[in-house]
Amino acid sequence: MTDQEILAGLAEIIDEIAGVPADEVTPDKNFVEDLDIDSLSMVEIAVAAQDKFGVEIPDEQLKDLKTVQDVVNFVSKNS
Amino acid sequence: MSSSDRVSVVVTGLGATTPLGGDVASTWSAMLAGTSGVQPITDDWASSLPVRIAAPAAEDPVSVVGRVQARRMDRCEQFALVAAREAWADAGSPAVDPWRLGVAVTSGIGGVGSTLSAYDTLREKGWERISPYTVPMLMPNGAAGWISIELGARAGAHALVSACASGAESIGYGIDMIRNGRADVVVAGGTEAAIMALNIGSFAVMRAMSTRNDEPSRASRPFDKGRDGFVLGEGAGVVILESLPHALARGARIYAVAAGAGYSADAFHISHGSPDGAGVRFAMTSALADAGLSPSQVVHVNAHATSTPEGDPLEARAIADALGPAAADCVVTSTKSMTGHLLGGAGAIETVAAVLALRDRVVPPTINLEDMDDEVTIDVATKARPLPPDVGAAGPMAVLNNAFGFGGHNVTLAFTEYTDAEA
Repeated sequence: MTDQEILAGLAEIIDEIAGVPADEVTPDKNFVEDLDIDSLSMVEIAVAAQDKFGVEIPDEQLKDLKTVQDVVNFVSKNS
Repeated sequence: MSSSDRVSVVVTGLGATTPLGGDVASTWSAMLAGTSGVQPITDDWASSLPVRIAAPAAEDPVSVVGRVQARRMDRCEQFALVAAREAWADAGSPAVDPWRLGVAVTSGIGGVGSTLSAYDTLREKGWERISPYTVPMLMPNGAAGWISIELGARAGAHALVSACASGAESIGYGIDMIRNGRADVVVAGGTEAAIMALNIGSFAVMRAMSTRNDEPSRASRPFDKGRDGFVLGEGAGVVILESLPHALARGARIYAVAAGAGYSADAFHISHGSPDGAGVRFAMTSALADAGLSPSQVVHVNAHATSTPEGDPLEARAIADALGPAAADCVVTSTKSMTGHLLGGAGAIETVAAVLALRDRVVPPTINLEDMDDEVTIDVATKARPLPPDVGAAGPMAVLNNAFGFGGHNVTLAFTEYTDAEA
């Protein structure tokens, strides 16, 4: 899966769970500060990402994934 | 404390979403027209239940709060937010110090729908797949929390729980918050979203619900000889309570004075009302005393009367006892004949109805009352009934709202017309 495909899939998840339009989900965005996503929604996003990409995101990793690019990199590296 | 040395509390905003309409105006006009909100439940989950009727909300709250917000809120919280937004706007979105703005909004049961669906998810897919918002969705104080966040209300957000008296008790608590000096404005009310198999089964097994499945619109018939139990409704009611000086200072439109509240506990049985009606009578006379009212000022009671064989005549007797000879000039109604029973939302939407009855000088009907129970001697409106323009020398005109809950909770709220003498 290319980074672009991961980004598109992630944007779809974030739209569904947090209502952020897909075109706002760009690599540089910080989940908390830019997209107003709280820690509870991040848990949902992580579970949905696991289902979509087949990559488990452990809690200790999740807290370090601050930006959209961080998630794309994590999925890319572990898939 | 007498009514002269404490701050007056007034009602400056109303909000509701009910089986009769998605807002106050549509609910009120449907009530005056005598419309039933009761419908058959056609979903599969009801097919094996003895009760297959209910009064669902007329408007889906998801369409108002939005899809993403709705994912994080139980349906009862959504109803409460919808009603709170309407009430707040209706009050003119008052400018108020956040630390002087309180919330007292509750539910009788809480987010039971969220509890049930989370349990299904737990069993079918495992704990990781439960929504991380499950706890805030199932807790009965969730509605109060969401409303405080929405409005930035920081004087305290409370959720008193007393089953079907919860909504009225919350409004009473809101009055106290202002009288005690904790707040200038309080958003108060109740909500419920419990039309689901477990709840219907649980009430049905108590033999508390109507099984008139073939005639949904005729099933809720308070005070009628043919009544056979209540019909479950859903929705929310919210009022904006405000100290009179605060309301006057901003030139607010005043619906009524929230003149007082009375409470009692039956201390008798966990789900049966005390047959002597002493608890109900005490709540009513306490409300009159708290509001400084004489029975001759009370022109209307919005009764709790849920259409159960046991409860309605008990309340009717208590109303007659509490008001004495003045009961002859008091018009009683049970709007549950149209909305069904909203449990924790009931006292709140019925307060909205009572306040509007006072404003418009008209009592909405008790529909389906075709053959009055012989034990009921009070005057119950079977058609929309005009109220007199005033009660002469007796003082300001007053209306009462009764709400009772399993556990033996009795609450009566008193509202009076606003006159300049209050200021």
